[in-house]
Amino acid sequence: MIELKHITKTFETGKKKVTALDDVSLTVKKGEIYGVIGYSGAGKSTLVRMANLLEAPTSGDVIIDGDSLVTLSKEALRKKRQRIGMIFQGFNLLKTLTVYQNIAIPLKLTGVADKEIKTRVKKYLDIVGLSDKADVYPNQLSGGQKQRVAIARALSHEPEVLLSDEATSALDPDTTDQILELLLKINRELGITILLITHEMHVIQRICDRVAVMEQGEIIEQGPVVDLYTEPKHHTTKRFVDSIFPSQTPTHIIKDLQIEGPILDLTFVGSAAESPSLSVISNRYQIETNILSGNIVELKDHTFGKLRAHVKGSVKETTKAIDYLTGQGVIVREVNSNDGIY
Amino acid sequence: MMAFIERWGITIVEATFATFQMVTISLFFSILIGLPLGVLLVISRTNGNGHIWLYRVLNIVINTIRSVPFIILLFALLPFTRVIVGTSMGVKGVIVPLVIFTAPYLARLMESSLLEVDQGVIEAYQAMGIKPLHIIWHVMIREAKSSIILGVTIAVIGLIGATAMAGLVGAGGLGDVAYRFGHVRYQPEVMYVTIVILIILIQGIQSLGNVLSQKAKKD
Repeated sequence: MIELKHITKTFETGKKKVTALDDVSLTVKKGEIYGVIGYSGAGKSTLVRMANLLEAPTSGDVIIDGDSLVTLSKEALRKKRQRIGMIFQGFNLLKTLTVYQNIAIPLKLTGVADKEIKTRVKKYLDIVGLSDKADVYPNQLSGGQKQRVAIARALSHEPEVLLSDEATSALDPDTTDQILELLLKINRELGITILLITHEMHVIQRICDRVAVMEQGEIIEQGPVVDLYTEPKHHTTKRFVDSIFPSQTPTHIIKDLQIEGPILDLTFVGSAAESPSLSVISNRYQIETNILSGNIVELKDHTFGKLRAHVKGSVKETTKAIDYLTGQGVIVREVNSNDGIY
Repeated sequence: MMAFIERWGITIVEATFATFQMVTISLFFSILIGLPLGVLLVISRTNGNGHIWLYRVLNIVINTIRSVPFIILLFALLPFTRVIVGTSMGVKGVIVPLVIFTAPYLARLMESSLLEVDQGVIEAYQAMGIKPLHIIWHVMIREAKSSIILGVTIAVIGLIGATAMAGLVGAGGLGDVAYRFGHVRYQPEVMYVTIVILIILIQGIQSLGNVLSQKAKKD
């Protein structure tokens, strides 16, 4: 549905050349929610602007639904953009128009008939839950409501693809969750493919199917969300995963505890997260377990848990316990003192 | 009091009318030129790629015209005015220099108003595939309307000031009456009356501008 092929983008500011994107490729399948995560300055904002050519690549190709955008004429690109919705961190509504007009006027300007405009505005205000706010000006709305209007405006063009540029970054946690819920709903019910960028792992965790991690204009890791959670390869990816599972243990405590037995990072996916494995091993084997930190989160389609536990006991017994856990589908990794505080 | 009205009434009413006439006609043409010029300044400046030369040219032209005081411009433009409207005298003769004086000023005011429009909103409309001309009209000018109205108000008041010099080419107006009768022939009461009328006029225009601008804000 969305294909970015070997995209490179360099900006020239005076004599300096800055490479914002360096040979980036990604493919978003139809009906999927694809997330791009990175710290600020990683190039993700430039990346999402490639998907509707708000920013033109220096080299590489952008293919949306079979059409290569870079080869389209200005006029054809304009028409194509009408099928690609976009929402922004700053909402970008017109202050001088009511909610109704904010949705209706772009429709009118793209040549939708008056009667159809009425039906669509009503339909999409209904979907975002703001039917009662049609005649209100944006300044009278909360941030979450403004983003809902912006989503309704994007949906009213009945796009196949929705691009989201940090759409929840300006919102508080509760409102963020509501907007994410809404995005999930429109993905499921309207079948709209979503490409979003964010710096919050929470967003990826809640709604994304696949994820790419960006750093310094490159994609350093990509794959299904659950894979990145279970086995993050790159340092930056680990940091993002750890932002959900704060598991820092002071180094001297790790050192002290290791005298009596190993410290384990246990990763549970799916049903393994729901069974009481730790209490089972302490009953079965001659060991004592002590949880240092832990958390269970709901990924889009999986339950995912992470525990850091100290296992006290003989090498023989702890080895048996680890084998048992591995047999239950738990991913076990022993912590060494370097994993304490980074 | 009655004697004053009898003696000066008609002169002052006629002068007020002449001022109105000069201001409205030259304002009309100034907006006609100044607003598109302001838009051109903004888009040639923000589009960056390939249009920056246009911005530089406009910039120099506008600065050049704005460097010349109106009274000098009035005389410097005499031959040009004669070519354009056939005469350099009277109300007709003063419109051309007034427009040339006001339009670049207005363009600058429009430029600063339009620059205040959130770049993100413009980007959102580009992303929706809206035509550039529609974006200029429905997004930029619409969102800047409140600030544009204030800018026009400032320009109108500047314009009224400039019409005071119109008497020099025989166009009449309030400024001319105050100068000719009030100052030259030493009739201070005439001068004070015209000053009071001008004050009321300008207070009224500024208040009207403020109200309209507030109305256009809608928040």
